[in-house]
Amino acid sequence: MTDMSVPAAPASRHTGPEARLRLEKRYASERRFERYGMAALSFAIAALFLLLWTILSNGATAFFQTHIRLEVHFDPATIDPDGKRDPAAFRQANWAAVARAALQEKFPEVRGRLPLRQLDALLSDGAQIELLRMVSADPGLLGQRREVWLLTSSDVDMIQKGHSARDVPEASRRVNDAQLSWLDRLAAEGRLEKRFNTRFFTAADSRQPELVGVWGGVVGSFLTLGMTLLLAFPMGVAAAIYLEEYAPKNRFTDLIEVNINNLAAVPSIVYGLLGLAVFLQFFGMPRSAPIVGGVVLALMSLPIIIIASRAALRSVPPSIREAALGIGASKMQAIFHHILPLAMPGIMTGTIIALAHALGETAPLLMIGMVAFVVDIPAGPLSPSTVLPVQIFMWADNPERGFVEKTSAAIMTLLVFLLLMNAAAIWLRKKFERRW
Amino acid sequence: MDATVTTQNVSGATVPVPMPMPASKVAARGVNVHYGAKHALKSVDIDIRENQVTAFIGPSGCGKSTFLRCINRMNDTIASCRVTGDLRLDGQDIYDRSVDVVQLRARVGMVFQKANPFPKSIFENVAYGPKIHGLATKRSEFEEIVEKSLRGAGLWEEVKDRLDDPGTGLSGGQQQRLCIARAIAVSPEVILMDEPCSALDPIATAHVEELIDGLKSDYTIVIVTHNMQQAARVSQRTAFFHLGTLVEEDDTAKIFTNPRDERTQGYITGRYG
Ligand SMILES: Nc1ncnc2c1ncn2[C@@H]1O[C@H](COP(=O)(O)OP(=O)(O)OP(=O)(O)O)[C@@H](O)[C@H]1O
Ligand SMILES: [Mg+2]
Repeated sequence: MTDMSVPAAPASRHTGPEARLRLEKRYASERRFERYGMAALSFAIAALFLLLWTILSNGATAFFQTHIRLEVHFDPATIDPDGKRDPAAFRQANWAAVARAALQEKFPEVRGRLPLRQLDALLSDGAQIELLRMVSADPGLLGQRREVWLLTSSDVDMIQKGHSARDVPEASRRVNDAQLSWLDRLAAEGRLEKRFNTRFFTAADSRQPELVGVWGGVVGSFLTLGMTLLLAFPMGVAAAIYLEEYAPKNRFTDLIEVNINNLAAVPSIVYGLLGLAVFLQFFGMPRSAPIVGGVVLALMSLPIIIIASRAALRSVPPSIREAALGIGASKMQAIFHHILPLAMPGIMTGTIIALAHALGETAPLLMIGMVAFVVDIPAGPLSPSTVLPVQIFMWADNPERGFVEKTSAAIMTLLVFLLLMNAAAIWLRKKFERRW
Repeated sequence: MDATVTTQNVSGATVPVPMPMPASKVAARGVNVHYGAKHALKSVDIDIRENQVTAFIGPSGCGKSTFLRCINRMNDTIASCRVTGDLRLDGQDIYDRSVDVVQLRARVGMVFQKANPFPKSIFENVAYGPKIHGLATKRSEFEEIVEKSLRGAGLWEEVKDRLDDPGTGLSGGQQQRLCIARAIAVSPEVILMDEPCSALDPIATAHVEELIDGLKSDYTIVIVTHNMQQAARVSQRTAFFHLGTLVEEDDTAKIFTNPRDERTQGYITGRYG
């Protein structure tokens, strides 16, 4: 443009059709960006819901287990032939016979070895344990008759829940026609019911899917993570404080810094191999023990905690440090009285994220033998145990149909724990957050 | 001590007044400061007199804050900073190996440009210094110190009913006075103030200035300011820095009426800055 146009009203460059066009373009690109964001978000939410729905629909049934109500005769002749009422003797008793007697009473027409075996197969082995537990708790039951809800076998349970089909040829069913007819009769009499599966939350692993529980894995995870927290948190925070506040800036500390960042990216299985080589083979620590798992996971979490803590320390305004030093606080006082408390929310968030990560970790624990089949609830950090994700891995690997729902239910349990940990992170953050 | 009020005329001839020399509290001889390769302060010689207010003026980046931070060794926290020369507090070398920085900073307090109260209660803000220096042990002693300091900083009446409220919840001017209270709570001998009023409105500024005037009978005060009127109002001595050198230092009245150096003349008349 030359400046020979009329100098009357200096036309603003921010009005007029050209300017409007420029503005339109800007808004259009902004709207486009917003739409991309919304599309990405909807996709993520849809994927999440699909995942949750799959898990829920597969696993919801695991929280209920089919039971049969039978009149059980606690026959002293079978249970306590010596009449000593000795709990040890109860354990030796032939509980299978007690359960069978109850079934036979219901179906007196069943005769012959094979049909009787099939009748037995309706009930789980767990039914015998339940009967034992009842009598041990109350020996007065001996000689009495009681209506008792007894746990069915997983095959029956799968039929009742519709996970196994009834309308296929008998040969490809695990429950035969005779058993089906018995079940139908029981159902017609109201003796067949799905009852809440408390065992799932109190028991550990088992070979029978109807008897498994996540509690063993939960306790194992708890012990392992406790160990991880105990080791990784103080060490990580101390390392972060040293590196951030005390360490001189030189080649050596640069090298350390680069290495910490690299360690955060090392595949977790490598930590498992390290644990196997160092703690199990060199130091001879016990296999499958939460203490070793905790140490391995602590090593894995350390870099993450250090990086998060350093970032949190660095984000404390320097004016606070100056204020403290300015009135004669020593370096340590400035750090512990002022800087660390302000950095704490960030440090704790980082730590909980690292722990949540560790909670879901499987690979390194496989290496140190936490994949063992453990039927007892671990008693302490040295007793053999497994952890939730490894438990899930083992059940998912099991070909039996009954384990499918248990796998999903265990995943739900794990997710609940993750949610609880994240909620704790948010709560801690809120609690310790201060304005400045 | 109040011999400085002799020349109040802003223009016209000056009357050099002979006065009793107050003892020098801080003495610098040939102080040089480097930030890495940057020579930020060049051979500064100055005597800062006891129980007087000394103002540091000069254009931005000339090294006022740098020199101020030398006096309580806050520069130690900057890795690249190197201080050489002779800097003494009561005749004792501040940079001597034997000097304990914690003790030095208890004797030489500092108020920063931006009010920086701790994110704690008003009470804790003031009590923190006495606590770490072990100046008080009983709650009643702390309460006494807190009240005295807040009164000294002219803040007591405003906050006496909410000592447990967060210090960060105060207004900017109140926060700055809280920082002053925090500094005087440890009973320092020297108080360094780096542009304490730069974020304050005129009323709050007047408040702080009044305060400084009251404090000078007990403390030696050094104040950095970009406000010429402020320097003229509150200080007895003024030092003019330019490009890392101390151009001149004299009675405030003399600096503002009849400076020796033409750079000072140029600065105070607003020709550059
Ligand atoms: N931490 C530092 N690292 C490197 N150089 C610095 C640092 N602090 C100050 N300097 C430099 O030293 C010189 C003096 O800085 P100083 O902060 O003392 O100036 P000032 O007189 O206080 O300025 P202002 O009035 O703007 O506060 C400046 O050139 C500055 O760039
Ligand atoms: Mg400055």
